[in-house]
Amino acid sequence: MSERGPADNGPRPAPEHPGPLASEEVRRGQEERLRKAWAAPEGWRYWSAVNNTEVGVWYIAASMVFLVFAGVLALLMRAQLAVPGNDLLSAEQYNQLLTMHGSVMMFLFAVPIFEAFSILVLPQMLGARDLPFPRLSAYGFWCFVIGGAFVCGSLFFGAAPRGGWFMYPPLTTRYQPGVGADIWLLGLSFIEVAAIAAAVELIVGVLKCRPPGMRIHLIPLYAWYVLVVAGMILFAFPPLIAGDILFELERTLDWPFFDPARGGDPLLWQHLFWLFGHPEVYIIFLPAVALVAMIVPTFARRPIVGYGWIVLAAVGTGFLSFGLWVHHMYTTGLPGISLGFFSAASEAVAIPTGVQIFCFLATLLAGRVTKSVPMLFVLGGLATFVLGGLTGVMVALAPFDFQAHDSFFVVAHLHYVLIGGAVLPIVGGFYYFFPLKGGKLLSERLGRISFWLMLAGVHLTFFPMHWSGLLGMPRRVYTYEAGLGWDALNLASSAGAAVLGAGFLVFLVDLLRPNKRPAARNPWQAGTLEWLLEMPPESWGVRSVPEIDSRYPLWDQPELARQVDQGRWFLPDAEEGLRETLVTTPVDARPVQCLRVPGPSFLPFWAAVTTGGVFVFATFHWWLATAASGVLAFGVILAWLWTGTARPQEKEVKDVGLGVRLPTILGGAQSIGWWATMITMLGDFTAFVSLVFGYFFYWTVHEDFPPEGVDGPGVTWPALAAGLLVASWAATVAARSANRGGRRVLVHAALLAGALLAAGGGAALVAAPLVTGLDPMAHVYPAAVWVLVLWTALHVAVGVVMQLYCVARGLAGRLTPKLETDLVNTTLYWHFTALTVAITVATIAGFPLAA
Amino acid sequence: MTRPAAAHHPPERPFHLWLLAIGPGLWAAHFLACYLTAAIWCAKAAPGAAGGAWTAAALGPVRWAVAAYTAAALAGIGGVLWHGWRRLAPGAGEGPHEADTAVDRERFLAFATLLLSGLSAVATVYTALAAVFIGDCR
Repeated sequence: MSERGPADNGPRPAPEHPGPLASEEVRRGQEERLRKAWAAPEGWRYWSAVNNTEVGVWYIAASMVFLVFAGVLALLMRAQLAVPGNDLLSAEQYNQLLTMHGSVMMFLFAVPIFEAFSILVLPQMLGARDLPFPRLSAYGFWCFVIGGAFVCGSLFFGAAPRGGWFMYPPLTTRYQPGVGADIWLLGLSFIEVAAIAAAVELIVGVLKCRPPGMRIHLIPLYAWYVLVVAGMILFAFPPLIAGDILFELERTLDWPFFDPARGGDPLLWQHLFWLFGHPEVYIIFLPAVALVAMIVPTFARRPIVGYGWIVLAAVGTGFLSFGLWVHHMYTTGLPGISLGFFSAASEAVAIPTGVQIFCFLATLLAGRVTKSVPMLFVLGGLATFVLGGLTGVMVALAPFDFQAHDSFFVVAHLHYVLIGGAVLPIVGGFYYFFPLKGGKLLSERLGRISFWLMLAGVHLTFFPMHWSGLLGMPRRVYTYEAGLGWDALNLASSAGAAVLGAGFLVFLVDLLRPNKRPAARNPWQAGTLEWLLEMPPESWGVRSVPEIDSRYPLWDQPELARQVDQGRWFLPDAEEGLRETLVTTPVDARPVQCLRVPGPSFLPFWAAVTTGGVFVFATFHWWLATAASGVLAFGVILAWLWTGTARPQEKEVKDVGLGVRLPTILGGAQSIGWWATMITMLGDFTAFVSLVFGYFFYWTVHEDFPPEGVDGPGVTWPALAAGLLVASWAATVAARSANRGGRRVLVHAALLAGALLAAGGGAALVAAPLVTGLDPMAHVYPAAVWVLVLWTALHVAVGVVMQLYCVARGLAGRLTPKLETDLVNTTLYWHFTALTVAITVATIAGFPLAA
Repeated sequence: MTRPAAAHHPPERPFHLWLLAIGPGLWAAHFLACYLTAAIWCAKAAPGAAGGAWTAAALGPVRWAVAAYTAAALAGIGGVLWHGWRRLAPGAGEGPHEADTAVDRERFLAFATLLLSGLSAVATVYTALAAVFIGDCR
């Protein structure tokens, strides 16, 4: 994919022996410069930090705040349900609490905590100084905080969403006026942007920022899971974004996507939501398993048993999880055969899930297990998860699910899975990884107390729910009558919730208390690279980037830590005072570039504030403020790109130590920018495909689609648009070749021509439904055409901006045959845009002819 | 740590990473094809489909289509599986493939490909079984 030709002619393996020991004085100078380059900014400028060690910690802290918030909501709900006929909360309040509990736990805790952990720990596991796009991480973090605060804040104004965490229409479109649903849709869409930003960062990080020698079969299992989960985010979140767009268009502009009276269908939302929602469960579960996969070998004192099998499990689960979504829709009246397919996939996913658990058990049996708090949480989590997995196999069977559907049985199942499969391992992960930031250990004693309280609490809360569910208690009721046999079970659940809450309280006290015990270096005697960190950690992460020979380098290369500390490996210095890290090839990790990563900046913060403004103001229909915020966001992002990306470097080639000389700039498909664009566009394209799916979904539910008597957008205008836009794409491609040939004038001419063609093409595309008088409010057919047209037109508009940006870069001397990243990425963007145009035109103009 | 001479390094071919995804990808294609064929047949083509979803229209051709998809998918997955097996064979049973050598990297990828295509084959058969046991659109 990225490397051209056989790699024998390409990047060479790095030297496999450390360099000579430099004098004490030289080393001290190196350390001085490294420390200075990587130091976090001070004073109020601290908040402009972008380094993973700062952003990662903020991210974790914010996720924990949301966890506590959602946990308190859960305690309130359990207090309400403790006794029958309770009036602690009104039905209205209860609905808000339950919606917020689910949404916050899912969107503001479970997914972000994975991103947060990974941003903090992944570079250290990979012996990298930072992830490749630190400012993108910072942007994602600020988006997350702003969006999360907005969504949570609504609760205090009684304006919170109250349609359940999956917001089913028509309940939320027709029967719940007010801004609640808009806050959910827009606030969480904004956070989805942060998730996709993190996915891009993490995929490129795992594939391109490994230490030399860490071939693909030697990467820590955590990195495999990160790769799989980030890939899943990329394909799971876009359908939800597409659904959000349709939903918001219905709520704001009255386009009838989910209104059966005008041809819409609420089931489409369920499809799009669960196409996201089921993979989401695994997006939460797999990172926690990844923590287990790191913790278990350390305390078993041996390498993991069945590394290849675990990779199978991670990748296999990632794929299969996309074939399960209809099992949330068993009772919607789909044909039995459809249910059968999804039931089959739901059973099949138990295979890889089981495989990883057996691998962990085998590792523990084959090793000499030492007692520790992280292991307690891991074992408690696995046992709890297995129970949830077993009820999962039960509810995956359609006939059983018909009975248990929408009852407390499902609540029990999902909490067993998520608490056992995610929350307990995450707390274990806290105990395990805590020394990596600040060099302190959490308390062994408090850890044990907290663990037993949590474990008892979880089972006391959720085990009785199986019974109350089977006895017919529906979920989402704010109260119930006495004497239905549910009273004692509910009281037990509420008592359990209090115990669980107490367990968390102990954990929080432990986290926040001062005077923690300082940790020795590598306190658990682990084998993986993140434990190279000095205690207390230095801002640079690794003193020098080592060459790796095994999956557990600290166990197998006993001299490694000393050599690294002595600066005898790569990048032991920051001669130019710049932040640098190595870029390597994706399979064999051969060094190919010395990447200069950007330092502190407030631009990501302002970019998040201004883009956040667009979403927040739109919620309240303050269109003027929305537009103003949009213009500001556009300006800030341009400024960020202009000053921060594709920068010329003062030297083209740099010696990174041990005689290895690497370029500081890489062009074409080798650059990390190309990878990031490619990954982003895959996600973007998935959202588009979801919208196209919507169009054809309406075709399947209607006898005639397009409906009788409604003319489509015709062929003339769409065909004209397609012609112009494909020409614009060709001009962009031509500009890229001209740039490689060094013909500057031709580059600019082609780009300007491309921009003009694109503007014309975009206008022609919008003209198609406009001149044929398609009214999107009248029926779902014109609405479906309009949404495809607008999506495509918006992409064309961004494409024009990119073309003009490249012209400006060329004029400023920042686009040269060597420094071609901007143009290469613009071309890549246009490849996807051309494909989008082709599909849109074929659908809106071609399909009515065929139908 | 022993290292083989550089001459034994097979070159890096990133395509092999994609090899991992082919088996599960075929499962996904098969799954989607089965689902879409059945859904469209029951909504559109099945006799009496216009009357709503609760018709007893026979799946008839859908079952043959599923059989054909399954044969094609299993053939493809079998191909990948065989490919993985062939690449693995020279070193099979020799250990956990965890040295920093290109040979071990190849064997690991071959082994993971083998496992993933095995899982994909099982999941494909699971999917097909639904069409064995269910004969109409109810």
